[in-house]
Amino acid sequence: MADPMKIRTQLKGDVADVKILLFHPMETGLRKDGVTGELVPMHFIQTLTATHNGRTVLEAQWSQAVSKNPFLNFRVRGAKPGDKIIVGWVDNRGDKASIEATLN
Amino acid sequence: METKTMRRSVLRAFTVAMAAAMLRPLQLLAGPWNKAAFDARAVAEALKGIGATATEDSDRIVLKAPEIAENGAIVPLEVASEIPGTQAIYILVDKNPQPLTAVFEFANGAEAFVATRIKMNESSRVRILAKAGGKFYATMREVKVTIGGCGA
Repeated sequence: MADPMKIRTQLKGDVADVKILLFHPMETGLRKDGVTGELVPMHFIQTLTATHNGRTVLEAQWSQAVSKNPFLNFRVRGAKPGDKIIVGWVDNRGDKASIEATLN
Repeated sequence: METKTMRRSVLRAFTVAMAAAMLRPLQLLAGPWNKAAFDARAVAEALKGIGATATEDSDRIVLKAPEIAENGAIVPLEVASEIPGTQAIYILVDKNPQPLTAVFEFANGAEAFVATRIKMNESSRVRILAKAGGKFYATMREVKVTIGGCGA
């Protein structure tokens, strides 16, 4: 996967508004393959962690019912220009990715 | 003989410490996933899994959700808790095969706010919980789904 996620941050006063878009199939295990008719195995992001200057601000746990190519928006107080936000995820197969943004 | 045993135990302790150190960056990404709660097929069981056996209805949890979701594969939700000291927000869809959909735990200045998109198999009650001061608060909303999103 070339670009498994995108991040967009906006600083409003001292609040960082963080929007992320992840590229992931989020397979429920209930969908049938259009060609073979076989059920596509479950494949979904289970945990996601966000840090602000190295300190954990958000820890998420997801089921397979979060939409395909998940979108997530969260906000962090006490932020200022130059601060780093890092978001990383791990799926049920152990695949993972992370992305970093600097606030400005 | 004794020195050898000691050396061995020191070596063993060192190996364990090294293994723990190597695991740490992985743990930063992979927090614990509450398998019992996520696998639960009934709402009561899922609530038990997250420790929310008793919930109090609250109008201080603000949920923005569509009244009618045409596509059950993409149902946008926005949740904000105005309850002071909110540590976590939970999203459950009563009629999904596994009701518990997402858990968000906040720390170090994160606002008790989250927006995301979820799948709904059929029209159902969407149940939002907020955890504050060890207590669980809940708000619920019916969302009608035109085309189910779990086999999509």
